[in-house]
Amino acid sequence: MYSQGLIGADDKPVEDEAFIAAFQARIDAEEKIEPNDPMPEAYRKTLVRQIGQHAHSEIVGMLPEGNWITRAPTLRRKLALLAKVQDEGGHGLYLYSAAETLGVSREQMTEELLSGRAKYSSIFNYPTPTWADIGAIGWLVDGAAIMNQVPLCRCSFGPYARAMVRVCREESFHQRQGYELMMALAEGSDEQKAMAQDALNRWWWPSLMMFGPHDSDSTNSDQSMEWKIKRFTNDELRQKFVDATVIQAEKIGLTIPDPDLKWNPEKNDGAGGYDFGPIDWNEFWRVVKGGGPMNRDRISARKKAWDEGVWVREAANAFAQKQHQRTEASKVAAE
Amino acid sequence: MSIETTPLWEVFIRSRNGLNHKHVGSLHAADSNLAVQSARDVYTRREEGNSIWVVRSDQIVASDPDRSGENFEPAADKIYRHPSFYDIPDDVGHM
Repeated sequence: MYSQGLIGADDKPVEDEAFIAAFQARIDAEEKIEPNDPMPEAYRKTLVRQIGQHAHSEIVGMLPEGNWITRAPTLRRKLALLAKVQDEGGHGLYLYSAAETLGVSREQMTEELLSGRAKYSSIFNYPTPTWADIGAIGWLVDGAAIMNQVPLCRCSFGPYARAMVRVCREESFHQRQGYELMMALAEGSDEQKAMAQDALNRWWWPSLMMFGPHDSDSTNSDQSMEWKIKRFTNDELRQKFVDATVIQAEKIGLTIPDPDLKWNPEKNDGAGGYDFGPIDWNEFWRVVKGGGPMNRDRISARKKAWDEGVWVREAANAFAQKQHQRTEASKVAAE
Repeated sequence: MSIETTPLWEVFIRSRNGLNHKHVGSLHAADSNLAVQSARDVYTRREEGNSIWVVRSDQIVASDPDRSGENFEPAADKIYRHPSFYDIPDDVGHM
């Protein structure tokens, strides 16, 4: 039950040592935390920020792909893309609802996105100039997102974990349709193959950046691991993604654009894994801070949608009010 | 920007006849018709159900989490309410 009315109605708990220890003990015992349970303010804030960013990413993530819906090359691809973009909208809604259980309103979160105060995944600030980009996004971007999201299904905060279960169930089709699309291009004409390789070249490094800064530079990571919001570190997840993806590229005859990529049998406690080259963190931070090729476009598209939808929201609310008044009036008349 | 908030609704879906409607999540909508329509779009895109209930979140009355001890703990020491509390011979058959 996600009732907003209850949240914040009670007095804030005093966060003494005993309170913090009791909370951590619940986390350590793998108990789920529900919205009305006592929780440290920092835990609440971390979740509001993380779930909000996650929701914004789903919503902004509709834009680069929406760009190609009218130009999909076949009806089959168009249906898949429409369904995928609609799913992303739904994922945004599940996540906003989960954040709202923590006492933040949808309007507040929307305002934070549009004003640029809230962040979203840096990956969506790259353009989608060719059809192969749609394949690369499904395969790599959704692939990276799945790596991140599967462990979030076991996150300590109940509503976030439940939202992620739904998201993950729907997400695997996204990755498969993207990979299939890339495979079709890679098996096509020389030009089509070149288009697929070009998309891989442009999306590979930004996809690795999606996992966030190295563990040694990640400020929020330790506390989030302790609170079992995160189950794996950024670097662990990035390594899993590389190890899973290299073979997928090889299978369809595409080359990962990294000259330093090399199998290392010692990695992953002797199970083997890939060494890979250095990530350009300057680019990452530039894009996060608004300097990516599409940052301005993305926010202005969201602003336009919000502004042009005002009359719809107002009309719906006015209609609801009028209906309510009529029902009340007929009740009085009947008495 | 309009700061008027649109009401929150809780959504319950029955996955098939014979089962209960089960809470699946929530959404914002101006009225009950829009809430049902949005619930259909958001929560049943993959045959998740054949019936939808929506109820305004502010209409739900919940037990007080601060009193969950006094509400629910008394049941914990009443094991005599469970069939396994009673010893009967094995050879009387299933009971």
